[in-house]
Amino acid sequence: MLSKLILRLAALLFALAALPASAALNVLATVPEWAALAREIGADKVNVIAATNALQDPHRIDAKPSLIARARSSQLVVANGAELEIGWLPMVLRESGNAAIQPGQPGYFEAASAVRLREVPTRLDRADGDVHAGGNPHIQTDPRNILTVAQALAARLALVDPANAEAYKANLARFSDRWKTAMARWELVAAPLRGVPVWVQHRSFPYMSDWLGLKELGALEPKAGVEPGSAHLAGILERQKVTPARMILRPAYTRASASEWLGERAHIPVVVLPFTVGGSPEAGDLFGLFDETIRRLLAGLK
Amino acid sequence: MKHHLPGALCVALAVAFPGAAFAATPAAPAADLKQLREQLRELRESYEQRIQALEKRLADTEQQATRAVSSAAAAGTTASAAVQSVVKAEARAAEAQATADSVASRPTSASAFNPAVSLIIDSKFTRLQRDPSAYRIDGFMPSGGEVGPPRKGFSLGESELAFSANVDHLFRGNARFALAEDDGAGVVEVEEVNVETLAMPAGLKLKAGRFLSGVGYINQQHPHEWDFSDAPLAYKAFFGYRLQNDGVQVRWVAPTELFMEFGAEVAGGDKYPGAERKANGAGLWTAFAHVGGDIGDSSAWQLGLSHVRANPRERGFEDNGVSNAFSGRSQTWIADFVYKWAPNGNSRERYLKVQGEYLQRRESGELSYNLDADGVAEAASAARFRQSGSYLQAVYQFMPHWRLGVRGDWLRSGTADLGTLDPTGLPILAAYNPTRQTAMVDWSPSEFSRLRLQFARDKSRNGESDNQVWLQYIMSLGAHGAHKF
Repeated sequence: MLSKLILRLAALLFALAALPASAALNVLATVPEWAALAREIGADKVNVIAATNALQDPHRIDAKPSLIARARSSQLVVANGAELEIGWLPMVLRESGNAAIQPGQPGYFEAASAVRLREVPTRLDRADGDVHAGGNPHIQTDPRNILTVAQALAARLALVDPANAEAYKANLARFSDRWKTAMARWELVAAPLRGVPVWVQHRSFPYMSDWLGLKELGALEPKAGVEPGSAHLAGILERQKVTPARMILRPAYTRASASEWLGERAHIPVVVLPFTVGGSPEAGDLFGLFDETIRRLLAGLK
Repeated sequence: MKHHLPGALCVALAVAFPGAAFAATPAAPAADLKQLREQLRELRESYEQRIQALEKRLADTEQQATRAVSSAAAAGTTASAAVQSVVKAEARAAEAQATADSVASRPTSASAFNPAVSLIIDSKFTRLQRDPSAYRIDGFMPSGGEVGPPRKGFSLGESELAFSANVDHLFRGNARFALAEDDGAGVVEVEEVNVETLAMPAGLKLKAGRFLSGVGYINQQHPHEWDFSDAPLAYKAFFGYRLQNDGVQVRWVAPTELFMEFGAEVAGGDKYPGAERKANGAGLWTAFAHVGGDIGDSSAWQLGLSHVRANPRERGFEDNGVSNAFSGRSQTWIADFVYKWAPNGNSRERYLKVQGEYLQRRESGELSYNLDADGVAEAASAARFRQSGSYLQAVYQFMPHWRLGVRGDWLRSGTADLGTLDPTGLPILAAYNPTRQTAMVDWSPSEFSRLRLQFARDKSRNGESDNQVWLQYIMSLGAHGAHKF
């Protein structure tokens, strides 16, 4: 009886494996910003799915069945890398049984590999919280990084899907032009932010702060991924009296309570930044993400 | 205004002192008038001088203010330039640091390829009403596994030591050992040692060695991943708490939007529900299928159906001091489901996890009663059993780091046809439906540590209720791989 069952399973297996694959390249991006970038570069040649949405903490995702199914039928996985997805992506990739998208294969792309990482820890100890050994993984908050990653991603798409290499190249050129123009605009508008002291909820913005010249006085989280306690926040309030910050920055997916507590007492605004594509209704694509980020930062300055 | 001021003052003065002016007129009109005019002129000149002085001071102050403002602006520019250069210097320092780090962190060749090592330490404190060494599940043949609670009071649980790494471009190796203590002697149990393929075509995966079977839902979870301190009663009764195989597994995930996974295993079947074998070939077969997907952003689900078949020969068990054995065919069906919900799929704040499984087993064959030292039975007869069990549990994280959970366990001893054997000689097989209710609360300050308090009312033993309190910690050291869904 069991051998019959196995035979039937095998028959089903080959029937399904023989199904024609869809024409577009299936891309599974782990986070919305890289899904948006893959859509910019791939356009109509790719079929992109984001594994997470902007309101999910990218550090804490389950290796859900839906993700395994999508990894199974993908030809390219666009991950952020720098251990951002270490809690779930390795499991999804292994469970999928898809040899083409395993780390080391052309079908596995890490955005962080194209960028020099900041805040590389000098010591590795879990007592320091949720430490990323490779450095701070939140590279998408600096548009210069987006451009670098776009170039690397276009090259990778051309490698995985050589038939459409010309299209990817043309899309990259078009995107780069638009992006550089937009960057010049953002930098002009954001000039008043240079040197402005801020607190951050989580160390989510070192790349953005570097780009805009914001001065991060510190993080509300005592350790990465650890919610601040009241004593720690009181300490920050004391520091705020000596070196006053102008605002508190918080990504949309994090808890509001700590930053609101401090904002109320220090009489400074809490600026909720979209952090990634879809983090606010206005941040519908990468351009919208930075338009909205800078608009909110400038509004926080008033 | 300023040009009208002296004139206006004159008029005002003239109005203020009209008596003086007109009183003097009749006596000495010409001289007085002249004097008055002189006075007025002096007055006007003095006022004009003072006003001019005032105007000059105002202009000077204004100029100074402008100068101050411009110098302040200049200072600001210098400051921001300074900030910029500091930022640049910092960036350069960071780059230099990063380069230095990447050079420093590049592992030396000898240790570069070490496998990922993880150690789970697990310790318990229990308060039990009944003696755990006399634990049994009435109505069911003993599964021979570690099914009872740990000893009363403090106990060192099992520590898990796991290694994993890619072997080469084709294989990945996993090893997991349980370190425990039994009667004062250290015991190392081989939980898993297996090799899986990395590069099979068409989504196929092969695994060979010792592994946790892919049947059911909770079977593949290691004890530190459980949401309660111990396994469901049904798994304890049917598989000796989990089905562990020495054999080969094949798995395949369908290239569809809906998650569909199919798998089959062939194994030695030396452990319950199989029995130790002396024959060639396999003694246990399984087949399983899982489907799963999402409902919106907030929910995910998975359903499964599995089958386990074994042909035990001389599967021995003790009952009331008498040795017995069963030979025949054992077939188990498992239906499982799991549902997870988190607002927007963000499980950082709150989440709910509901899971349940139903197991049904049919066994038919020959039951030998009261075996002597040579394995000769006092009596033997054809026997048939049809038993079932299930559990349902829910775990809710009501705030970050804190979870509450409840679980219900139900077993049904069902039909037990002992043929010609005397049922009074086999009291453990007397009809009984064990139940258990469990509640727990746990606190996980990080994803690497967990403290748990659990209460259970265990009615596994006929007529004896065991109220249990468990206090447990689970700590994870070293590399910690991602967990399954």
